[in-house]
Amino acid sequence: MGLLAFELAYWQQTVIKMLVVAVAVPGAAFVLGYVFLFKMLSFMQSRLGPMEAGPYGTLQLIADGVKFLQKEDILPDRADRFVFKAAPAVVLISTFLLFVVIPAGPNAIVEDLGVGIFFALAVSSLSVLGVLMAGWASANKFSLMGGLRATGQLIAYELPLVLAVVGVVIQAGTLSMQGIVNAQSGGEIFGWGGLGNPFLLTQFLGLVIFMIAVQAELTQVPFDMPVAESELVGGYHVEYTGFRFLFFFMGEFGTAFAFAAIAATLFLGGWALPDSWGVSGTAMHVLGPIILVAKVMILSFFVFWVRFTYPRFREDQLQQLAWKVLIPLSLVNIVATGILKVAF
Amino acid sequence: MIRLPSVDATDERAESADPEAESAEPDERREAVVAGFAEEFGEQLVGSHIEPDREVWVRVAADAWRAAGEYARHHLRCRYFEFLAAIDWMPSPFGRSMDAEVDNAAKEPEPAAVQATPRNTGATGGETRFQVFARVAHVHDHDYWGVVLKADVGDGPDDLTIDSWVPVYAGANWHEREAWEMYGIEFTGHPGLRHLYLPSGFEGRPLRKDFPLLPRIVKPWPGIVDVEAMPGEETDVVKGDDRSSDEADQPEDSDQ
Amino acid sequence: MTALTDSQKLAYVASQAADARVNVELETEGMTLNIGPQHPATHGTLRIIVRLDGELVAGADPVMGYMHRGYEKLTEVRSYPQITTLINRIDWLGSFANEVPFILAAEQLMEIEAPVRARWIRTILHEMSRIANVTLFLGDMGVQLGALTPVFFAFRDREHVLNQIEAVTGGRFHPNFDRIGGLKDDLPKGWIADTKQTMERVRTFCDEVEDLLMGNEIFEARTRGIGIIPPDVGLQFGLSGANIRASGIDWDLRRDNNIGLAYDELDWKVWTHPDGDSFARYWVRLQETREATKIIDQLCDGLPSGPVMAKVPRIIKVPAGEAHVCTENPLGEMAYYLVSQGDLVPFRVKIKSASFNNLSITPWLLKGVYVPDVITILASLYFILGDLDR
Repeated sequence: MGLLAFELAYWQQTVIKMLVVAVAVPGAAFVLGYVFLFKMLSFMQSRLGPMEAGPYGTLQLIADGVKFLQKEDILPDRADRFVFKAAPAVVLISTFLLFVVIPAGPNAIVEDLGVGIFFALAVSSLSVLGVLMAGWASANKFSLMGGLRATGQLIAYELPLVLAVVGVVIQAGTLSMQGIVNAQSGGEIFGWGGLGNPFLLTQFLGLVIFMIAVQAELTQVPFDMPVAESELVGGYHVEYTGFRFLFFFMGEFGTAFAFAAIAATLFLGGWALPDSWGVSGTAMHVLGPIILVAKVMILSFFVFWVRFTYPRFREDQLQQLAWKVLIPLSLVNIVATGILKVAF
Repeated sequence: MIRLPSVDATDERAESADPEAESAEPDERREAVVAGFAEEFGEQLVGSHIEPDREVWVRVAADAWRAAGEYARHHLRCRYFEFLAAIDWMPSPFGRSMDAEVDNAAKEPEPAAVQATPRNTGATGGETRFQVFARVAHVHDHDYWGVVLKADVGDGPDDLTIDSWVPVYAGANWHEREAWEMYGIEFTGHPGLRHLYLPSGFEGRPLRKDFPLLPRIVKPWPGIVDVEAMPGEETDVVKGDDRSSDEADQPEDSDQ
Repeated sequence: MTALTDSQKLAYVASQAADARVNVELETEGMTLNIGPQHPATHGTLRIIVRLDGELVAGADPVMGYMHRGYEKLTEVRSYPQITTLINRIDWLGSFANEVPFILAAEQLMEIEAPVRARWIRTILHEMSRIANVTLFLGDMGVQLGALTPVFFAFRDREHVLNQIEAVTGGRFHPNFDRIGGLKDDLPKGWIADTKQTMERVRTFCDEVEDLLMGNEIFEARTRGIGIIPPDVGLQFGLSGANIRASGIDWDLRRDNNIGLAYDELDWKVWTHPDGDSFARYWVRLQETREATKIIDQLCDGLPSGPVMAKVPRIIKVPAGEAHVCTENPLGEMAYYLVSQGDLVPFRVKIKSASFNNLSITPWLLKGVYVPDVITILASLYFILGDLDR
């Protein structure tokens, strides 16, 4: 990583990378939590939301975070203690790992893996393990049902998530995240390069399927049965208090940010501007992250808009949607993309 | 709005002419109901009472209790089950539990007629201490009318059994559980008489009149004290009592 | 008669056999899940013991009484004016509506009739309680299904209705305003105009909720065909109000048995739905809320003048007798069976509350549904804990 002009030693680079990711996850959770959960939700429900802590309530999440840290760490009597304690960490680790492969500028990527998108989808599945651990270790029937529901749901939606990406990979011809970004910024639409070639245009179906699957991966409404308050009280995190609950919260919102960033990278051209605009590579070091965050906010807006508007599915209806609608559609998408790729 | 033969009631009845004018018009539908019951049950129909355009009461023998329900449901098309409950006609040995001093003072001008009158057992009378009563209604075709069915239960407070209505109206299940736990009436044929409201180890039958309302016994209730004086009306028993004790300390216009 | 009982027996045997078959085939150990007494879906302290086979409900047994306050006992030691304070707390979202049938029953025994104006104002407040109660259902149903937003709209607009109730009675939740022989007070100045505005708001709210939920595919998928109550079963279990009207029974006590209220003189409609499922119950309640606003508008327009209190003795003694009065309350039919022995206090008051009957169908209804549907069905049956436990 050559974020700076001079070369750093390997250990120095590693420390900086760790710091960046360590700040990115809570920061992302903070931004999404404040902008969407607190403010947008409130405005949609004709209320103001938090207004007291900080200017316009901006510091409310910090106050909440501090509150969580102060709370007693309660372990259920018959919980499997080690697993119970480890579960939030597993969930959070998967979020941290997601941020590793998201590019935010020409060089601003923690590790530009050759199989970047494959890696991202693989580590995102890790959170299932944490959820199942939490559900099982809590020794609570509601938790267990929540954990099992989450597992069933995440496995079902893993598939359309991956399949929706395949179309993009076929078009870009690479698994590397930077490669996908470059393929879009350098692409041409029938010989016209004014916008590059964001895969949004050719892979719109893929984007829709991807975002629906993301919604399910994040266990957001309308796919929030694992945590359904009115049914399972809180699902797999019903027994968690204090900072362990905070971990789940950060994991949820951090993952939301990460997935929105991945979707922005895959379908909206990521951090890059079209090559034909002629913006210099140096300027992109600064502009890239801003562009990426702007796209992330747009996509997150849709994620949260749906979340606050829709009722939730039932477990069997959710499985039907995944297996009978999304997976066939994404398979059709792959076939169509493949044929067109060969044809053009 | 039925009138029972008690001291107060007969007095007032003479004064008001309205109810007699009302009852002059026969209520054909409700009379047909009573006639139907009389035909079906003969001697087992113990009593009936019609309040024109309001209500009809039918009292049957305990043996015919379930049959009466079936008759109402299938022949009278009273498909709607409203409620089933019980009543304890014994006058409460604890009075009204309003025995604070002020309450007794307010009671003074009235003769203790209530206790003196013979036991009054409702619209269709009753021989036993406990009765069950239920109301079912016809709700179809914009034509609403109901019938209150009653039956005497048992001999003593320990031997109260009557047929369950659950096979007739499934909804009677919870109502009978409630009647069982509150009065101790056994419903034969009920799928499971368990406590409904009270904890499962509860002893006693709370709605029986001889079950004391303990808070009232532990601490006298101020009772009728809060009947306010009408404006301009000063001679109040309660106020008279208060004035003698309290107002000596306070000048009258201190708050105003 | 016998033919019917035979067929019932056959159906019972068949269902038992089916149960046994299922058990043999699957051979899984069931799980017992306690929903409640502290569960968000129970609106308070109801406990439902659900036996589960996977996510399928094999049996459900509601356990109540966590809030039983023994009103039937307490009424026996309280004078009639004191009792209205108690019964306000039965259905606490539509408190005024609880007072009406009791007062009417006492008036019937005393042969007192409230003045016309009092009757009209009673009807206005009765309908306002309905709106205050049912708007919350319209929002809460969304919450139970996972849609958070409608309930905030419900609370926002219900506030205006409560303000109007408060302006008349001085109480937002427990008005305690109805008196034997009339009402405590007349309406305050300017109230009619405010009320009409409020009704306009409520109608807007109904439109908003309809936009938000009714056309939504997920909402329909979650409610259509869920918890179907056939009309005959519903009547057997004593379901009333919107629950039975959603099963196609065209029965409304306001129209069919109007005692002492002003519904006869108005132009309004009873809504029914043939389906009998959760969606139908929601739909009927939504239409009824709209209808209630129209009723209130008409009442405000035609409000007669005159006194609001008839002449009643200062110390109320109710002559001996039995009276039964039922009215169409927000949750369904509410009835008081009042037995008086001519005393200052009633001899026996049987309180027939709507939720008790409405919920008594749950063991029958919840068999064989999924866990999420338990929540849908409970929400759509709509009960208030105070109304259930009394």
